[in-house]
Amino acid sequence: MFDRIRKLREAGVLGINRRNADYTLVYNPRRLYPLVDDKLQTKRLALEAGMAVPELYGVISHEYEIKRLPEMLAPHASFVVKPAHGSGGNGIVVITGRMRKMYRKAGGLLLSPDELAYHVSNTLSGLYSLGGYPDQAIIEYRVQFDPVFEAISYQGVPDIRIIVFLGVPVLAMVRLPTRASEGKANLHQGALGVGVDIATGRTLTAVWGNDTIDEHPDTGNPVNDVAVPGWDDLLRLASRCCELTALGYQGVDIVLDRERGPLILEINARPGLNIQIANRTGLLHRLHAVERHHRELRDVEARVAFAKAHFSHGDRLPAAPA
Amino acid sequence: MNKRHLYVLSAALTLIALMVFFFKVFVLHFPLLPDTTSDSWEIEVRAAFRAYNAPVKLSMYVPRSTSQYALIDENFISKGYGFSAKNVNGSRKVIWSTRRASGNQVLYYRAIVRRVADAYPVVKAEAEPVTPVGYEGAHRAAADTLIADIRAHSADIDSFVTELLKRLNSPEKDENVSLLLGRKPDNERRIAVAIDVLAEAGIPARVVHGVRLQELQRDVVPVAWLEVAEKGVWRPYDAAKGTGKLPDDYLTWWRGSEPLVTLKGARDLKTRLAIRLIKESALSGAAMRGRFMTPGLIDFSLLSLPIETQAVYQVLLLVPLGAFLLVVLRNIVGVKTFGTFMPVLIALSFRETQLLWGIILFALVVGLGLTVRFYLDQLKLLLVPRLASVLIVVVLLMAVISVFSFKLGIERGLSVALFPMIIMTMTIERMSIVWEERGAAEAIEQGIGSLAVAAAAYLVMSIDFLRHLVFVFPELLLILLASTLLLGRYSGYRLTELVRFRAMTRE
Repeated sequence: MFDRIRKLREAGVLGINRRNADYTLVYNPRRLYPLVDDKLQTKRLALEAGMAVPELYGVISHEYEIKRLPEMLAPHASFVVKPAHGSGGNGIVVITGRMRKMYRKAGGLLLSPDELAYHVSNTLSGLYSLGGYPDQAIIEYRVQFDPVFEAISYQGVPDIRIIVFLGVPVLAMVRLPTRASEGKANLHQGALGVGVDIATGRTLTAVWGNDTIDEHPDTGNPVNDVAVPGWDDLLRLASRCCELTALGYQGVDIVLDRERGPLILEINARPGLNIQIANRTGLLHRLHAVERHHRELRDVEARVAFAKAHFSHGDRLPAAPA
Repeated sequence: MNKRHLYVLSAALTLIALMVFFFKVFVLHFPLLPDTTSDSWEIEVRAAFRAYNAPVKLSMYVPRSTSQYALIDENFISKGYGFSAKNVNGSRKVIWSTRRASGNQVLYYRAIVRRVADAYPVVKAEAEPVTPVGYEGAHRAAADTLIADIRAHSADIDSFVTELLKRLNSPEKDENVSLLLGRKPDNERRIAVAIDVLAEAGIPARVVHGVRLQELQRDVVPVAWLEVAEKGVWRPYDAAKGTGKLPDDYLTWWRGSEPLVTLKGARDLKTRLAIRLIKESALSGAAMRGRFMTPGLIDFSLLSLPIETQAVYQVLLLVPLGAFLLVVLRNIVGVKTFGTFMPVLIALSFRETQLLWGIILFALVVGLGLTVRFYLDQLKLLLVPRLASVLIVVVLLMAVISVFSFKLGIERGLSVALFPMIIMTMTIERMSIVWEERGAAEAIEQGIGSLAVAAAAYLVMSIDFLRHLVFVFPELLLILLASTLLLGRYSGYRLTELVRFRAMTRE
């Protein structure tokens, strides 16, 4: 056991206690949480900063508004319903199309308008929100994802999670939906996490559950060494989110839309730790390197350059200048 | 983050707790272990006599609190007698008197004493000139020879007294001693002679009367011993054994050679002294002792509360123990549970149901509740009405389980009524959501995790020793608080993370 602790420490693996005690509690002031916990606010902030987000189709805040749901959804063949204060991907329903009066979910299952209304009602009453408070339901554009991940995802929308610490992207992964995740991109729901080399933007190994694998469990295609298009832009986008929210330690979720390019899906103030397994790299060494140098890194370009220079794969212990 | 602040705070809390704790353990003798009993004694003096239509005056020495024995309670039962008390030579004396009495009279004195310390009470001896008794003739010569002889064999007062008592205890070896002792050399006589000889030698000494406190004694005969002034303090000597040590069970009663009870104006005095041991918990003994020594500390402690309220706190004070265990299991081990403190509350109800039945009943209620909850899911109810429906179902389930188990003769089943129903309802709701969102495996894992934590908390909270410790020494909770604060900044790996990140340890 102590041997394992030593190995984890050497690998710089960040545990949940340390993440909370030394990073989120220290770098993420509580008052900023509403900015990211409320996805409507995040969306508004990003739009103000000129960053692209999935288009908002509508918001339902009150029970009586649910009646207007069919009318609101009529112009859109596909869309996503999500709670404004959701956590961990809970309560997100992805509708990919219609079948007569029924809605087709990302998994292929059909959903009656009543069931959808019930889902929205549950969302409003706070079933999926943090702390169970009354919530709003957001209906937004369903991302038409970039074909680059077509061969290695099973329905749903793959997204890219980048951990940004003090404006410096430190670790990244692509999250690929699987049959088990029902088209969702959250790791604990069964999505596949594939590490991405910060320096090159090419995918590495994948993590499914808590294990590493090399092929997509549903399509069987290898998931490694896929180049993420526009990687530098993605890094810049992620880095800018630091100024957007003022959170020191955050996970930025970006989707690559076929037509609209990278869109910010959401920002997480307590990003999960499995990204380390996907990259086979601990976060700690990189976080320490950023802590040592972030004062010298004045703008987005400098931060991205720093990240690309020091956080390349294979550099498990980045030789950052002391 | 300044960790020093946290360390200083935790250290201060720990220090305060330990100080109070050690004071209570070593000074007030609060029992560390549950159910240790300490002793106190009930002393009763019964003075019976016959009066002949004349004024009667009865005086009696009564004990007083010393640093060794505390007088907890006393009462005087004397119908139709006037009553007064006074201090005589450092002893308490009560006087009953009446103008006219006839026939058989009985007066009672009752007291309860409790041992507060083992050491003989320290009594200051004022420097008073000693008046020699004035031996004459053969006695004079015998006393002088004896004193000279003992002086030659002794170095200080202590060795002088010891040597003198040794000789007084074997008069056949020394003619001078046997002359001084006379024909009836009993203990009283020995002490009287010792006092006289010591006075001749210029050493102040006096006789002390008391009783030995033993389990149950009727017709107790008071014992006498010698007190010799030495370095400003009266030191006791056991005249019969000739040693300067007295057993712990000697209760000092009165000083001087007078008898316990003296009667004037009546006849046929019969004095009976009885002693009875009262067993009681060491706790109330210690509390009494504390009230006696440091009034403030006990008056503002849990022991000053009414018994029923004390019982409530005995349970409440266990909650921090459960909470601490929960912190350890969640943050260091990494067990997943439903709701933060749900396992502790379940553990509290396990105290009534016992562990096995508790787990069975809990699983039964949650399992059935979950089934109903899944059924209700089809009706697409709003959140609050749905929660209320589940709550109603939970209450009904509890009632049904109670009735059925009673009919089946399983008494334990009745205790299902003690489960916190709101907690059960929320557990069912959370479990069904986790079930739906993350699958049955995750829901069952968390359910088992919650039950395991509840069982562990129950086991810890039912350790008698811990229950006793936190109730008698609630200050120890400050140590628990300090540890919890420190755990609040624990940034090491959770044990479950060793498994979770096992892929990272492989090359």
